[in-house]
Amino acid sequence: MTVLKRNLRELIRYPSAIIGIVIILLLLFVAVYALVTIPYSEAVGKWAGGEAVWYQNPKYAAPAWYNWFTSKKQPVSFLVKTADGSMKKTVTPSDQDISTMDIEYSFDYQYDSPPQELTTYIYATFADKFPFTSISWVTPDNRTIRIADYQTDHKLVVRFSQEPKLQKRLKTDQVMAALFQDPKSKEPKILKGTYRLVMTSTTFEKNSDVNVELVLHGDLFGWAGTDLYRRDLLLPLLYGTPIALAFGLFAALGTSLLTMIIAAVGTWYAGWVDELIQRITEINLVLPFLAILIMVGTFYSRSIWLMLGLTIILSIFSGTIKSYRAIFMQSKESSYIEAARAYGAKNSRIIFSYLIPRMVPLLIPALVSSVPSYVFLEASLAVLGLGDPVLPTWGKIIESAESDGALYRGLYYWVLEPAVLLMITGLGFAMLGFALDRIFNPRLRDI
Amino acid sequence: MTSEIIPATLDKKAEKKTKGESTFKRVSIYTLVRLVTMMVTVTVSVYLTILIANMGGYMDVIMRNEIRENTTQGILLNPAFRNLTTDAKKELIAKKIASEEQRFGLDKPFAIRSVIYLRNALTLNLGRAINMSSDHGSKMVRNILLERLPATLLLTGTSELFLFFFSVLVALSLSRRYGSLWDKLVIAFSPTSASPPWFYGIFFILIFAAIFKILPFGGLVDSPSPSNKVLYGLSVLKHLILPALSVVISSLFLSIYQWRTFFLIYSSEDYVEMAKAKGLQSRDIERRYILRPTMPTIITNFALLVITLWTGFIITETVFQWPGLGITIFRAIGFSDTPVIVGSTIIYAYLLAITVLLLDFVYALVDPRVKLGTGGSK
Repeated sequence: MTVLKRNLRELIRYPSAIIGIVIILLLLFVAVYALVTIPYSEAVGKWAGGEAVWYQNPKYAAPAWYNWFTSKKQPVSFLVKTADGSMKKTVTPSDQDISTMDIEYSFDYQYDSPPQELTTYIYATFADKFPFTSISWVTPDNRTIRIADYQTDHKLVVRFSQEPKLQKRLKTDQVMAALFQDPKSKEPKILKGTYRLVMTSTTFEKNSDVNVELVLHGDLFGWAGTDLYRRDLLLPLLYGTPIALAFGLFAALGTSLLTMIIAAVGTWYAGWVDELIQRITEINLVLPFLAILIMVGTFYSRSIWLMLGLTIILSIFSGTIKSYRAIFMQSKESSYIEAARAYGAKNSRIIFSYLIPRMVPLLIPALVSSVPSYVFLEASLAVLGLGDPVLPTWGKIIESAESDGALYRGLYYWVLEPAVLLMITGLGFAMLGFALDRIFNPRLRDI
Repeated sequence: MTSEIIPATLDKKAEKKTKGESTFKRVSIYTLVRLVTMMVTVTVSVYLTILIANMGGYMDVIMRNEIRENTTQGILLNPAFRNLTTDAKKELIAKKIASEEQRFGLDKPFAIRSVIYLRNALTLNLGRAINMSSDHGSKMVRNILLERLPATLLLTGTSELFLFFFSVLVALSLSRRYGSLWDKLVIAFSPTSASPPWFYGIFFILIFAAIFKILPFGGLVDSPSPSNKVLYGLSVLKHLILPALSVVISSLFLSIYQWRTFFLIYSSEDYVEMAKAKGLQSRDIERRYILRPTMPTIITNFALLVITLWTGFIITETVFQWPGLGITIFRAIGFSDTPVIVGSTIIYAYLLAITVLLLDFVYALVDPRVKLGTGGSK
């Protein structure tokens, strides 16, 4: 134990180890946060949701922080609704079950281009008599533009740019530009300031009610942007973290422990056991690893747990087993093993209490350094279209981006976000593993 | 998955050199033994592949469906059978399906069937693809795959050889002046090898193709392809740069670091100190006292590196639209084209075996223990 402690103290001397540890801790924090805040069913349901879940997001929107780096500010999407109070609704009852609702939302618009679309979703509850809703638009210079008047059915969607009457009234089909541009300016220029959406609904029944959602589709959206299905990429980025870490850690742990145990057993019993292990290793070296994963993925199941198990099985008998064997060969001959044999220790005791513990210093760096390759393996499978069918992962973002030609179309954020996360994860573990290797591997210490 | 440098362990009981046997004979015996072992290994691994592919009779089911579909369609669409009654047609279809299934060996028990599959696979009789076809229109899986082989070999060959020689040479020179700025840089960069080639590929495409527009996004040649042979070659070369570069970059720093460490360990051996004390030139020391004795280990590890790289090409090729084996597998996944997927797995097994065998042969040439007949290579 003291040896371990001393080694850990030595770890702090390596800057790469500290960076690695910080990165890994951050990732663990994100993973725990994602698992706590997003329940599994929600993550899976939303990811598979499609238009029904994500209809209110713009397509192909870059993340909002793009504006930090550009001089020309692009509009950021938002969504407000009366149901959760983000949009103000005042009800004024008058006689004979008739009541008026004033719904209003004002927002500051400081961007350099008009949004793609403004949409209101109006949900009305009533028995027979349709409520009546009128929508108007107040610009910063206090012009009031009537958008539409409607008899409101149970659900009414008003897309401003597709309102024929509004197009006629504004004498253009570029509704968004007309709503947001300064009419006095000669060249098209956005009028910056506070815009107001004012809606008045009149209901004609006792329990009749109207609720409204206002959606602005800009060029940017949220922290991570959206993809072709309007999905918020923040969900797979967050939820992909625990999946990537779990896959990487389990695979690395399973593989290195099993490899070590098998190498120890083989060396200790020697004879046909050893011979068998050697032969299996040689056959396994010729088995095309990824091709077999692909085969199993296409034919049977793409479940991430099956892939994990298969990865471990196929990785056990790798070249590493040979190097472990070489080291066990030496420690097998050492005097303390001979002593153990002399006092009649059982085989299992010698293997698990004497042979393997001596190898822990070699095991730890190898384990940590092998995590990235498994994290990337999971991403690779996803890129090949063999990712887990239900889970949102980093690799799946890259896959959908690749198949949609994101790089050709300049949608860099779509590929870069998961790629950078993958890279950071890889670097974190690699840097820590590297430092550990130099500490635990005495031959490397002076080099 | 991490390819460490494994020092080749010396056999302790070195036999005495038997007189009269020539070096040539020993090397050829060694190679022959390795060849036989490798053939057995390949057979077993191909059989395993077939077992996995056919677990639960999955391959048979696909095969059966395929036969039923084709025969039914064939008979229903054939104008010669149009006049038959529905019952007669049904009977005809059933008969045809039965004979087709017999032709494919589907009526035999699995043990025999798997041997049939194994024989077919080993002789590269890989069957017919379901949906895919080669550029020349052939439906034979073998043709589809063999047509793609040259592109894959071009990419793997150039990048792996370059990677190997470049990293060994750089490592040698770094080991001479360890602690220098370059040395420290290589150490600092070596964690970047945690990412696979395709990953760098994405970034390279982004930088060189999308932003700077100086290199193509992917593919093998420009389209339309130049008719002039020289221009064609240059065009291929231009398309080769990015994929090869991503393969090289993805393992370069770690590879250099590992070789450098390995050489440093060996250059602290007593006989190297002795050579230095004798006042030999550092070039000679490197060549005769460091490189020579470490050669077998270098080759073993190169073989392991090549093996890990081979499978990585599937995605690299896909990312770069490089028309090799890898992208064929990728497309086969998309089409669920079973014969192609199984076939390419078998071809990969063969390629790996051939690589290992080739390196084994080189190993035999440089390993003094094989030449002198003092014990095996393991």
